[in-house]
Amino acid sequence: MILASTIRRILTQLRHDPRTIALIVVVPTLLITLIYFMYDDQPRVFDRIALTMLGIFPFIVMFLITSIAMLRERTSGTLERLFTTPVGKLDLLFGYGIAFGGAAAIQAGVAAGFAYWVLDMNAAGGLGLVVLIAVANAVLGVALGLLCSAFARTEFQAVQFMPLVVAPQLLLCGLFVPRERMVGWLQGVSDVLPMSYSVQALTEVGAHSEPTGTMWRDLAIVLGAVVVALAVGAATLRRRTG
Amino acid sequence: MDTAIEVTGLVVRRGKKTVLDHFDCAVPRGSVTGLLGPSGSGKTTLMRTVVGVQVVAAGTVTVLGSPAGSPVLRSKIGYLTQAPSIYADLTVRENARYFASLYRLGRDAADNAVETVGLTGAANQLVADLSGGQRSRASLACAIVGRPELLVLDEPTVGQDPVLRDELWAHFRRMAADGTTVLVSSHVMDEANRCDRLLLIREGVLIADDTPAGVKKAAGSDDLDQAFLNLIRAHEKVAA
Repeated sequence: MILASTIRRILTQLRHDPRTIALIVVVPTLLITLIYFMYDDQPRVFDRIALTMLGIFPFIVMFLITSIAMLRERTSGTLERLFTTPVGKLDLLFGYGIAFGGAAAIQAGVAAGFAYWVLDMNAAGGLGLVVLIAVANAVLGVALGLLCSAFARTEFQAVQFMPLVVAPQLLLCGLFVPRERMVGWLQGVSDVLPMSYSVQALTEVGAHSEPTGTMWRDLAIVLGAVVVALAVGAATLRRRTG
Repeated sequence: MDTAIEVTGLVVRRGKKTVLDHFDCAVPRGSVTGLLGPSGSGKTTLMRTVVGVQVVAAGTVTVLGSPAGSPVLRSKIGYLTQAPSIYADLTVRENARYFASLYRLGRDAADNAVETVGLTGAANQLVADLSGGQRSRASLACAIVGRPELLVLDEPTVGQDPVLRDELWAHFRRMAADGTTVLVSSHVMDEANRCDRLLLIREGVLIADDTPAGVKKAAGSDDLDQAFLNLIRAHEKVAA
């Protein structure tokens, strides 16, 4: 199975880089802890922000890691070489999606578990759903990272895509200003950004003890965005180049 | 003559530059064919075209009976790029095993390839920690691991120890004897003597397509370096 061995290869590369593993696992937890102390006397505010951040951190981290990893495949010549072998484009895209999605599951599990048990974060719907949505968001980060790496020639360009792709979603997802209070056109922009839906889904989990229809719909929208990004990513990945 | 590669009227442009302009050549099956020419002459572009990763403006390239880049060819071709294109953050063995798995081959095939390039002692080292010559051998291991029918090697012996270079060439000859077609680029003329056929290329134009003995005879010199020079001069005179 080419897909299975590609996943194994990507995870082995990660395994040879313990510092990256440590950063993936520890950084979101540290930042959530920072937020905990910032809102020391406002536990309700902490709950809301921590929940949102649990969706956003895996997205950002996986977006960055994936776009750099894919760029390295391009610049080192391994991508071109792989395209002379029986590897399919989908083997590569799903290989990265599944391998980094797994890493994201560990990251989200650790951060969410720490926030829930140690920092007393309230999430009425339970930890499992929080992690599920966080992982969906991380996979979205992987898919968009794969897509954006097609438009970057150098590492310098690749990191610039981070603010371009992440910042608008972060600003418009409802964390700073509730989406319904934005001016009409801005709300329209917010409506087409996938992170708006993952944040809404997390807010639903925070407020309701049972999973709501809105939450499932939002999760489906996020996964739909993943499929679209992967499909466009596959279309921009060319076996032949100039 | 049973041909492995047939190139007709090939035009390749990279950026604004026309790298290959109506290029024709043929490579016989089961031979070692040397692709010689200075840096920038179009050797790498021709190789990329043969392995099917180069956008082509015009012309046909037939490889093992199929158009270059056909999916059926992907399990029959081994390609060594000029800069070692393997994963620096994996060990030699892990790289070889990954590339072996792409051809649905197991660990034995990977370990054999590593042994062939003389890296068994360094198999568990990360590629990032290897010397330049070792890296390019590790990359070579990944090109031969699939036992390809056609092996395309872009400057495989640069920076290698003379003894090892000799062993690698002996290995290419053995593979050709077993029926593999080897297309190998080089700018070292003493390696050209070990090829069955030579393609001399300069500024995207084929200057000679002959056996080493034939090239020397046509150019009136026993020294391949001098022969190449004579042919270029003769070619320039005709063009002018």
